[in-house]
Amino acid sequence: MAQLPLSEQDMLVDRGAGFITRAEELAYELKVEQVMTRDVKTVTPRTLIIDVLNLFREARISGAPVVDQDRLVGVISIEDLIRALRDSGRSELRASVSDYMTTRLVTVNVYDSIIEALKLFAKTKLGRLLVVDRAGRLAGIITKGDITRGLLNALQRDIETEELKRYRASHLFEDIISDRTSLILRYHIAPRDFINGGAASSNIKRALLRLGANPQLARRCGVAVYEAEMNLIIHATNGGDIEVEIEPHQIVIHVTDDGPGIEDIEQAMQPGFSTAPPEIRELGFGAGMGLQNIKRSVDELNIESTPARPRLIMKPKRGREEWELSREPAPGQGTRLTMKFFLQADQSLERHSSTGRESAE
Amino acid sequence: MTLQEIIDRLNLTVLTEKKDFTAITPSGVYASDLLSCVMAGAHRRGLWITLQSHVNIVAVAALLDLSAVIITEGSTPEPDVIQKANREEVTLLLTPAPTYTVAGKLWELGLREG
Ligand SMILES: Nc1ncnc2c1ncn2[C@@H]1O[C@H](COP(=O)(O)OP(=O)(O)OP(=O)(O)O)[C@@H](O)[C@H]1O
Ligand SMILES: [Mg+2]
Repeated sequence: MAQLPLSEQDMLVDRGAGFITRAEELAYELKVEQVMTRDVKTVTPRTLIIDVLNLFREARISGAPVVDQDRLVGVISIEDLIRALRDSGRSELRASVSDYMTTRLVTVNVYDSIIEALKLFAKTKLGRLLVVDRAGRLAGIITKGDITRGLLNALQRDIETEELKRYRASHLFEDIISDRTSLILRYHIAPRDFINGGAASSNIKRALLRLGANPQLARRCGVAVYEAEMNLIIHATNGGDIEVEIEPHQIVIHVTDDGPGIEDIEQAMQPGFSTAPPEIRELGFGAGMGLQNIKRSVDELNIESTPARPRLIMKPKRGREEWELSREPAPGQGTRLTMKFFLQADQSLERHSSTGRESAE
Repeated sequence: MTLQEIIDRLNLTVLTEKKDFTAITPSGVYASDLLSCVMAGAHRRGLWITLQSHVNIVAVAALLDLSAVIITEGSTPEPDVIQKANREEVTLLLTPAPTYTVAGKLWELGLREG
């Protein structure tokens, strides 16, 4: 399996922390029938105690459900056998299961979440629970071991899915042959949409990681796009668009809007310069540091802006005595930010040209 | 110093889903209420102290892979902020203490900038 050279370990630690919560989530998602043991040894009410004892010893089990013509009628465990022996010694080995089985049954349904089974384990202190199907027939048994195994398998599948996504995506540029392959991601950002603020940047960051980008680079792109995204939300009248063009050796991000434009770009670039209104400053924006952060993160930055140019439209009303005036700004205004990131040979998204990336596990 | 020890020593309330905080060791601390200063100053896996509690702190923390955000002065976030933090696996911690006090205590515990 190919892997990233540096921070794979870091990422594993990160993931490990996430899995604690993921396991809890899975306890609600996974159904009892997905983890239970189906192949259950059963006995009938007429089975002799001696035969149960032999079955337990041979199958290395400590309990079995008692089934009478498809119907679940009880459960017999090693404790019940001990009770039988203590009661009347060896003669009781000739007694039958119906004399010693427990008929108070603790069951879960096949369709219950395993969290239900876990709750019952905690409440009853039992070691195994009987699982019944929709018709009330025995479908299997479930132990804490089954649950642990089921959770671990599901978590493993989670990791594999993410790895598979990462693996597939990371071969994109090798698998598709063209003179120049690029991948374009587009996002529309709505004005004043603080709730989704940062969604585009985190999706872009995730996409880059899946494509096999160096985490440091993914983070730099994430920070730069975040600042540009928030500027669209805060400053642009109608929001705007983000377009990310990913090539093996470079990433070019265009952020465009249609106004109001920036009057003086050099002034806007000054650390601390901000026109953010007070209610937005209250949210912690408007430090006037966003463009600075972009500058620090990128390898090349190009800002073009056409501020609002005045336009007065006049239409005569009622016999030219009154005029209707409208002052919409002239079209063509807006800001376009182009941010470029250059990938060193060893960071290329195309693995052929990279050095030491394919190192085996 | 693990995040669990920090939570215990400073008596912080964990607002988001519990994780194994003993496995997380923050790399350092940054304090500011201005988001783009945090973007510039906070380090990967660091802690961030702020009295902001609106939804954008989650985006910032997620983008910077911060270990946790400590929200001060009991400025409790709305439920949808906590939900979003859970989705993004961002840990939010709450304390009634002001930023200065929290920073001071973390300094005493040996944590530095970053
Ligand atoms: N897309 C845009 N359209 C119009 N004006 C903009 C745009 N982006 C930035 N500006 C202007 O440039 C100024 C500086 O931007 P910058 O991102 O550096 O700071 P800020 O957004 O005001 O605050 P911060 O980013 O620190 O929260 C803004 O206050 C605004 O006047
Ligand atoms: Mg800004």
